[in-house]
Amino acid sequence: MNRALRFLPLLVLIVFVGAVAWRLSSTADEKIASKMIGQPVPAIALAPAVPGKPGLSSTDLAKGQPRLVNVFASWCVPCVAEAPLLSELRLRGMPIDAIAVRDRAEDVAAFLDRHGDPFERIGADPQSQAQLALGSSGVPETFIVDGRGIIRYQHMGPIEPGDVPSLVAQWDAAK
Amino acid sequence: MIAEAGLAALWLAAALAALQLALAFGLGGHQGRSIGTIRAVALGQGLLTLFAFGALIELFLRSDMSVALVAENSHSQKPWLYKFAGAWGNHEGSMLLWVTVLALAGAVVALFERRLDAKTLGASMGAQAALALGFFAFLLLASNPFERLDPAPLDGRGLNPLLQDPGLAFHPPTLYLGYVGLSVAFSLAVGGLIRGNVGPAIARAMRPWVLAAWILLTLGITAGSYWAYYELGWGGWWFWDPVENASLMPWLAATALLHSVNVLAARGGLRAWTMMLALIAFSMSMIGTFLVRSGILTSVHAFAVDPLRGTFILALLALYIGAALALFGLRIAHVKEGAPFEIVSREGGLVANNLLLSVILGTVFVGTLYPLIAEAVSGEKLSVGPPYFDSVASPLALALAGLMLIVPQLKWRRDAKPILPRLAPGLLAALAILLASILLAPSIGLLPRLGLVIGGALVPASLMPLVGRSLRRAPLTIWGMVLAHLGVAVAILGTASDSAFTQERLAVARPGDRVEVGPWLIEFRDVLPIAGPNWTALEAELRASRGSGVAVMRPQSRFFSEPPTITNEAAIHTGWNGQLYAVLGEEAGEGRWQLRLWWKPFVTLIWLGGLLIALGGTLALIGRLFRGRFSISFGKRGYA
Repeated sequence: MNRALRFLPLLVLIVFVGAVAWRLSSTADEKIASKMIGQPVPAIALAPAVPGKPGLSSTDLAKGQPRLVNVFASWCVPCVAEAPLLSELRLRGMPIDAIAVRDRAEDVAAFLDRHGDPFERIGADPQSQAQLALGSSGVPETFIVDGRGIIRYQHMGPIEPGDVPSLVAQWDAAK
Repeated sequence: MIAEAGLAALWLAAALAALQLALAFGLGGHQGRSIGTIRAVALGQGLLTLFAFGALIELFLRSDMSVALVAENSHSQKPWLYKFAGAWGNHEGSMLLWVTVLALAGAVVALFERRLDAKTLGASMGAQAALALGFFAFLLLASNPFERLDPAPLDGRGLNPLLQDPGLAFHPPTLYLGYVGLSVAFSLAVGGLIRGNVGPAIARAMRPWVLAAWILLTLGITAGSYWAYYELGWGGWWFWDPVENASLMPWLAATALLHSVNVLAARGGLRAWTMMLALIAFSMSMIGTFLVRSGILTSVHAFAVDPLRGTFILALLALYIGAALALFGLRIAHVKEGAPFEIVSREGGLVANNLLLSVILGTVFVGTLYPLIAEAVSGEKLSVGPPYFDSVASPLALALAGLMLIVPQLKWRRDAKPILPRLAPGLLAALAILLASILLAPSIGLLPRLGLVIGGALVPASLMPLVGRSLRRAPLTIWGMVLAHLGVAVAILGTASDSAFTQERLAVARPGDRVEVGPWLIEFRDVLPIAGPNWTALEAELRASRGSGVAVMRPQSRFFSEPPTITNEAAIHTGWNGQLYAVLGEEAGEGRWQLRLWWKPFVTLIWLGGLLIALGGTLALIGRLFRGRFSISFGKRGYA
C-alpha cells in the first residue's frame, strides 16, 4: 500500500470535521429564499378573499409603481403582530396588496376589522397555489414587486419595527 | 440523594477510566502484573457506570421533578413503560446509556478475553479507557443528566408522543448496544496496531464482538424501519433520512468487517483492510451519533441543536478517529502480508464483497453529508433524496447479492473446480422468475424486476453450502451463514415486490362509501372520537374484504395535549401475501374525509428478511462462542 493511500482516510476525516465545524460555527440559516427574486410575478388570478374588495391577479402588480404583496392568513398569529406595521407602511405611501392563504371569507373579514385593513386588493388562495408559485414557504411573508411586475425583494416572517427602514430602502430601490 | 449518588458514581467511574489509561501506558516490562489491575479497574468502571444509569432510571420511575432532565422529558401521568424508556429518550440520558454500554463492554473484554497476549490486551484496554474518558468528560462537563431544578415544577413536560411506542422504547438501546459493541473492535484494532500484533489472534478476539454488534444493528435497523413504516403513516419503509443513514453506515461497515475478519481469522489475509474496517465501523458509529445528537443535518427525527455539545462531540470524534487513522497510516507498513490467494477463491469473493460494501458506504456517506459540504462551499441549500440513493445503492446491492450466488460455495485460497454446476440451481431459478415476471407483469421497472430475479435466485443458492454436508454435523456457523444469506434473499424479494406491485389510492369519502385498492374492497363505515390515557383521537372504522371474510381496520388521527401534537396511527391488516395499509387524513368538508390506502404485496418479507439475517448472525455467534466445547465432545465421540 503506498504512503498517500494510507493517509487517505485521515484526509477524508479532516474534510468532514472541517465542514461540520464550519456548520457549527456559522449560525444556522433555516430560511428558504424564493427562487423568484428577479423574476416576473407568476401568472395568478385570485378571486376576492372578502366581499367588497377586489381579488388579485398578476396584471394588478405591473402598474408602473412598486407594490408590496403581503402573504398572510387570519389563523396566523405572527400576522397579527405585523398588522400595525403594515398600516404604518401604508401611511408612508406604499400601496399594499395581499394574498390570504387557506382562509375563509368571514375569518378574513373579522381579522381586518380587528387588526386594520391597509390592503387595496386581497386575493384568496385556498390551496396555497399562488403562495407556492411566488416561492413563499410560510406566512407571513412580504414581497416587493416593482412597476414592471418583477419581484425585487422577499421578507420572511413578521415585519418587526427594526425591519421598516430596510423595507423602505428596498421599496425606494424598486422605483 | 439518588441523583447525587448517580453523579458521584459517574465521577468515580471517570477517575477509574483515567487510571486504566495510565496503567495501560505504563504496561511495558512488568508483563502480567498490571493486566490484572487493569481488569479490576475496568470492572469497577463498568459497575459504577451501570449504577449511575440505574439511578437515572429510578429517578424517571419516581417522576422526581426536581431533576431537570425528568421534568423536561417525563410526566407523572405517563404509563410506566414510557417513564422507564424516557430515561434514554433524550440527549443526556441517551449519552449516559452510551457510556454505560461502553464501560460494560470494556469490563467484559477485560474479564473474558484470555486468548490475546497481555501486551496487546493492555493496549486495547487503554484505547477503550481513552474512549470512555472522553465520553465521561462530555457527560460531566456538557450534558449532566443529574442536574437539579430549583424550584421543582409541579409536573413534567411530557415526552414526544411520537416516541410513545413500545417498539421505539427499545429501538435506541438496541442500536446503541450495536454501535458501542463496535468500540471493542476499534480498541482491539488500536491495540493491535500499537503492539504491531495484527494477525489471526486479534481477529478471533474481535469476531464475537463484531458479530454481536452486527446482530443488534440489524435488529435495530429492521425495527426502526418497521416503526417508521407504521408510525409515520407515509406507507414507505426507508426514507434515506440522515438519521436512518446514521444507523445504516455503521451496519454497512460492520457487514464488511464481519466478512473480512473471517478471512483474517481463518487465513491470516486482509490484515490492513480488516484493521481499517474495524476503525471505520466504530468511527461511523460515532459520526452517526454525532449527526443525530448535534441536529446538524435536517431530519424528521428532530433533536435540539446545542452548538456547545456539538462542538464537544466533534472534538472528541476528531481526536479519536484522527488518532486512530494516523496510527493506522504510520504503523500499517509494518504489518506483514497475509497468505496469498487467487482471484477465484473465497478470499477473492470476500474482497469483492468488501469493495462493494465500501462503495455503498461511501455513497451513503457522501449523499448524507453532501448538503453540508455544498452549503459550506457554495452557500447553496439542497437536499439529497431517495432518487440519488436508490439509483446508486440499489444496483450495487444487487451486484452484491449476485456475488452471494457463488462466493459462499468457493474454497479458500484457490478453487479450480468448475463453477457452473454450483451456480445451476440459482441460475435456473433466476431464469424461471425472469420468464414468469415478463409474462405476468410486463410493465414493472428494471430494478424491481432485477430484484425479483436475483432475490429469487439467491433462495436456492444460499442453501447450497449445506448441500453435500451432513445436516446434523454441519457447524452452527455454516447454518448461521446460510440463514443470514437466505434472509438477504427474502428481504430483496420483499423490497422488489413492494416497489413493483404496490397500489396506492387517495380517496375522499363519506361514511357509507366504498373504495377499491388492489384486490380489496373497503367500506368506510364511520368516524368516531375516542380517548386514550394521554390522548384523544378520531378513529375511522373501515371494513376491508377481498371475496371472503372481513377485516376491520381502525386508523386513528391522535391528538396529544402535552406537548400538543397530532400523529397518524396507520391501521395495517397483514395477510399471508402482503399488507393493507390505511391512514385517516384530514376532514375534507361536508362530512367527507381523506383516506389513503395502500395494498403492498409481500412487503412483510422485508422485515422477515431482516429478522432472518439477525437470527443467522445469532446462530453463528453461538457457534463461535461454544465451538470449543462442541468440538471437544465431537472428538471424544470420534475416538470412542
